[in-house]
Amino acid sequence: MAEDIILEARDLVREYRSKEGMFGKVNVTRALKGISFKLERGKTLAVVGESGCGKSTLARILTLIDPATDGDLLIEGKKIDIAKQKITPDLRSKVQIVFQNPYGSLNPRQRIGDVLTEPLMLNTDLPAQERRDKAMEMLVKVGLGPEHFNRYPHMFSGGQRQRVAIARALMLNPKLLILDEPVSALDLSVQAQILNLLADLQEEFNLTYLFISHDLSVVRYIADKVMVMYFGEVVEYGTRDEVFDNPQHEYTKTLFNATPRADIAHIKERLARTG
Amino acid sequence: MALLEIENLTVEFDTVTGRFRALDNVSYSIEVGEVLAIVGESGSGKSVAMLAVMGLLASNGHIQADRVEFEGMDLLNMSRRKRRKVIGKDISMIFQEPIASLNPCFTVGFQIEETLKEHTSLDRKQRKARAIELLNSVGMPEPEKTLKKFPHQMSGGQCQRVMIAMAIACEPKLLIADEPTTALDVTIQKQILDLLMDLQAKSGMGLIMITHDMGVVAETADRVVVQYKGKKMEEADVLSLFENPQNPYTKALLSALPENATGDRLPTVSDYHMNGEGAA
Repeated sequence: MAEDIILEARDLVREYRSKEGMFGKVNVTRALKGISFKLERGKTLAVVGESGCGKSTLARILTLIDPATDGDLLIEGKKIDIAKQKITPDLRSKVQIVFQNPYGSLNPRQRIGDVLTEPLMLNTDLPAQERRDKAMEMLVKVGLGPEHFNRYPHMFSGGQRQRVAIARALMLNPKLLILDEPVSALDLSVQAQILNLLADLQEEFNLTYLFISHDLSVVRYIADKVMVMYFGEVVEYGTRDEVFDNPQHEYTKTLFNATPRADIAHIKERLARTG
Repeated sequence: MALLEIENLTVEFDTVTGRFRALDNVSYSIEVGEVLAIVGESGSGKSVAMLAVMGLLASNGHIQADRVEFEGMDLLNMSRRKRRKVIGKDISMIFQEPIASLNPCFTVGFQIEETLKEHTSLDRKQRKARAIELLNSVGMPEPEKTLKKFPHQMSGGQCQRVMIAMAIACEPKLLIADEPTTALDVTIQKQILDLLMDLQAKSGMGLIMITHDMGVVAETADRVVVQYKGKKMEEADVLSLFENPQNPYTKALLSALPENATGDRLPTVSDYHMNGEGAA
């Protein structure tokens, strides 16, 4: 086997149904229109697209929150269909997610220690003391300290909260981490810290990332492969250099052109243009 | 004479734990026809100065300044009534969340015409005609239909266009844009930035862009003010700032851009010694 594939999606389709009134006609929105890709172990696939392109729908399907309407999802070669089968704790621990907004994704009334031990309580039968030790260990790994164990989310800054969210996602030793816009709510300097942390953790735990982002400069920095989505379809899929150096699809080109550039040549060109 | 001149502006807020200084002795000015970017991270006080100018600070805010002048008029000691004649007409502002800054209970037409009613002597018909003209100039398709729409019936980009239409309704001499594109997709961001730059070039108004995005700065500004923790760190024209940043914080900020990454790791602000300032 040449490639070690951890997750494979084959023609994933997701439809949302909404009704106009009680007896009204049913509207079907196809949020995903047949998506296929493979995720290689230890690598990062970046999913790029604008609002409404289906990237968060994809995240929900991959993290086993929502079932797909059609198509196959294979995790480590095994077919998973959560509409038919129950999710085992073992399966749950393979894929975890970090959400965009660290202010909304942590329960304000839950102490950080409880945030971190809850996944263990639900999915494993470790005794309390071990859960506590693991949580302490994880806090240190993500750049916080044991002294943060008994604090509440409001006592942390945005970057620290995102560290907590990452720590929570890692508590079950997942193989695959879905990162849904993990740095887009953060300041530039904090963004750099979190990206560095993610790189360190990937190396330490041999993690696979599916990194959802709309920020092309971040994607270019972190991704091995890039997938561009547009209205529920994949319009471009390739290695980072292929996609960035030679984009094929019209939409990808539009996206690149629209991205503000901060290089000096570009500023000079603009100043010359406007006089 | 500068269009807007701020000298040693300090803004403090009363909090439970005492006074908090959000802005510390900051001075800058903007000329007619210039685009000034004010850049900084959250908590740098980049919006606070402009809110003080607009008179939009919360009641626990305290302003001290040697001078805050718009076209030579003292904005701080002006009567409220006189100030209302300037604010919204000669100086106007657009905000980050376009959908939240429009009133959900009124149509777009009502909200644009309200500005015109307050500041001009146009009659009803003329106001409607002007509103249509404005929506046209911000690139809204079907302006007549748009007048009757409510904010929730439009996308974020469309709402921001309406906000811009309201802001330029009375042909302001100074437009303040506070993170105008942060909540928008990149392709929409480009449209809105192009629109702002186009309107600015045509009308010759002064434009202050408040942003945290170095890309937006690079695409729009003539001159840049960098702020950090309420203090002005650096002021330079856009090219010298990117080519040859003087202040350690500016250097840190620029090197934290992922596109400037050289090795495997991104330098963070705390990697730079901030003259005992410490980093966030």
